[in-house]
Amino acid sequence: MKTTKDRLKKTVENFYLVLIMIFLYAPIATLMVLSFSNSKSRTQWGGFTLRWYGEMFESSTIMAALQNTLIIAFTSALIATVIGTAAAIAINSMKPLPKTVIMGITNIPMLNADIVTGISLMLAFIAFGISLGFETILIAHITFNIPYVILSVMPKLKQTNKSVYEAAMDLGAPPIQAFFKVVFPDILPGVLSGFLLAFTMSLDDFIITHFTKGAGINTLSTLIYSEVRRGIKPSMYALSTIIFVTVLILLIVTNFAPHRKLPHLRHGALRNEGGQ
Amino acid sequence: MSSLIDLVNVSKSFDGTLVLDDLNLSVKENTFVTLLGPSGCGKTTTLRIIGGFERADKGKVIFDGQDISSLPPNKRQLNTVFQKYALFTHMNIAENIAFGLKIKNKPKAYIQDKIRYALKLVNLDGYESRSVDSLSGGQQQRIAIARAIVNEPRVLLLDEPLGALDLKLRQDMQYELIRLKNELGITFIYVTHDQEEALTMSDTIVVMNQGYIQQTGTPEQIYNEPENAFVADFIGESNILHGTMIRDELVEIFGARFACVDKGFGTNMPVDVVIRPEDIDLVSPDEGILKGVCTHLIFKGVHYEMEVTTPDGFEWLVHSTDMCPVGKEVGIRVDPFDIQIMNKPASEDEEAVGLNE
Repeated sequence: MKTTKDRLKKTVENFYLVLIMIFLYAPIATLMVLSFSNSKSRTQWGGFTLRWYGEMFESSTIMAALQNTLIIAFTSALIATVIGTAAAIAINSMKPLPKTVIMGITNIPMLNADIVTGISLMLAFIAFGISLGFETILIAHITFNIPYVILSVMPKLKQTNKSVYEAAMDLGAPPIQAFFKVVFPDILPGVLSGFLLAFTMSLDDFIITHFTKGAGINTLSTLIYSEVRRGIKPSMYALSTIIFVTVLILLIVTNFAPHRKLPHLRHGALRNEGGQ
Repeated sequence: MSSLIDLVNVSKSFDGTLVLDDLNLSVKENTFVTLLGPSGCGKTTTLRIIGGFERADKGKVIFDGQDISSLPPNKRQLNTVFQKYALFTHMNIAENIAFGLKIKNKPKAYIQDKIRYALKLVNLDGYESRSVDSLSGGQQQRIAIARAIVNEPRVLLLDEPLGALDLKLRQDMQYELIRLKNELGITFIYVTHDQEEALTMSDTIVVMNQGYIQQTGTPEQIYNEPENAFVADFIGESNILHGTMIRDELVEIFGARFACVDKGFGTNMPVDVVIRPEDIDLVSPDEGILKGVCTHLIFKGVHYEMEVTTPDGFEWLVHSTDMCPVGKEVGIRVDPFDIQIMNKPASEDEEAVGLNE
């Protein structure tokens, strides 16, 4: 009796899981399958081909957009990581009330609708006489990336024993050296995941880029948008597939990065487990 | 022996709260000095000012004749053992110990020798490549001490280093610290709220309360001759009574006159009297100076703890190896040299004078 009931429960559980997976990933799977289909039809499988991928790589507009996207994502993530980490350190050493206030202010850009952020950035750029282009996209991306970095560095800072920094100074290290030798290694997983998160967010962004890019420059997302208005070409499926896979890989790396500790720590943990 | 560290008129406040008020402290070379007091008394702040982690609002820190008040911690010739060990978890034990030496660019062979020497000193030979996480609390604390002493500081600051350890380990570490201090021949400044720890290890105890030094002295002086009621109460258990100094060497408590050895308090002056529970002799009622009834009895192992209530309602705490059953009438006797007379604190003094008039 009991085993039958258990088996039924298990089956229902699995069914539910599969259903959710289908809802989540069926559209993306469709896109990926179509990107390999040797037919322009969206309903018929025309045999396997890499034609659309080839076409994509030959297109100079797509390649230029890809280059822009990667440069902007990398540069904005890097600058946001530096600013965000410094900000997190400063906020962490504040007194409770200002800390809460600043953290609240920091969170607003993340909660704010992208379209509002995009339009306000665009208006600000125009009001200050900055012509829209590569630089404005970069500035915009740095702006919306900083909170993500702060949020991923903050928990690591809170875990760090404050006297570790004092101990390093006590042993003769000047403040900067003390920070980089003992505090930074402790918060490094947070900094790395902050960087990857910022990179992904930048790669992903359409709305804010759309409002701040000006004419004559495209990132992948804005390019796809403008292409789609002219009718979808299968090479766009290929491009979307590549973007999806890239973001997926980055997310997996981001999620696993904090758990990858240094080798000797892992040995310690294993030894502890063995002893118990 | 000249003093190695002098704190001169040091004041410090945090957010408008005065933590240290015009503190003067002098630490002699090669002594074990303990700053003892309840939490919030300013002992840790004093240590942090010496270590350079806090800057005094007023006053000076003199180290070996030099004013080091504005020197950052990394430029001071002293090292600190922190309360929560503060080991670097991303480094192994050898790297932790080598940290200070590497920063000073010492040669590799010298560093290797020092690591081996320090580990031997704290009885953890062969732990070089272990990770911090794999050590127990007591072992981590030994590594923290090793990491500090390889730098050959002239002063070692210890901020409640045994606070996180269990009782047995704490007692072992107390002996270990005394041994280390004797072997190294350096000055230890130790912060604790544990009076037993202070009495066991120190050459000099500095009792602090509310930002003021209450008394400085050897453990014997602090225990046997407390200068005020706070010190008497904080160090060990004691009976603190209101008394009147009739004349030199005679004090009146609850109407009974006790012979004592203190002089110079004037005549008919209100004073605080301290009598340690183990110094009270329980005798038959007619032999005692005061009569009372035993109202409480607890067996503590080494001795019995009793409370004897005298007719005025005061409960005398008595420690004795002889038992006195509850309800029995007894006499209280105290030897003259076991009575400690103290001036009443200024404010209470005025109150007492007012009541007398």
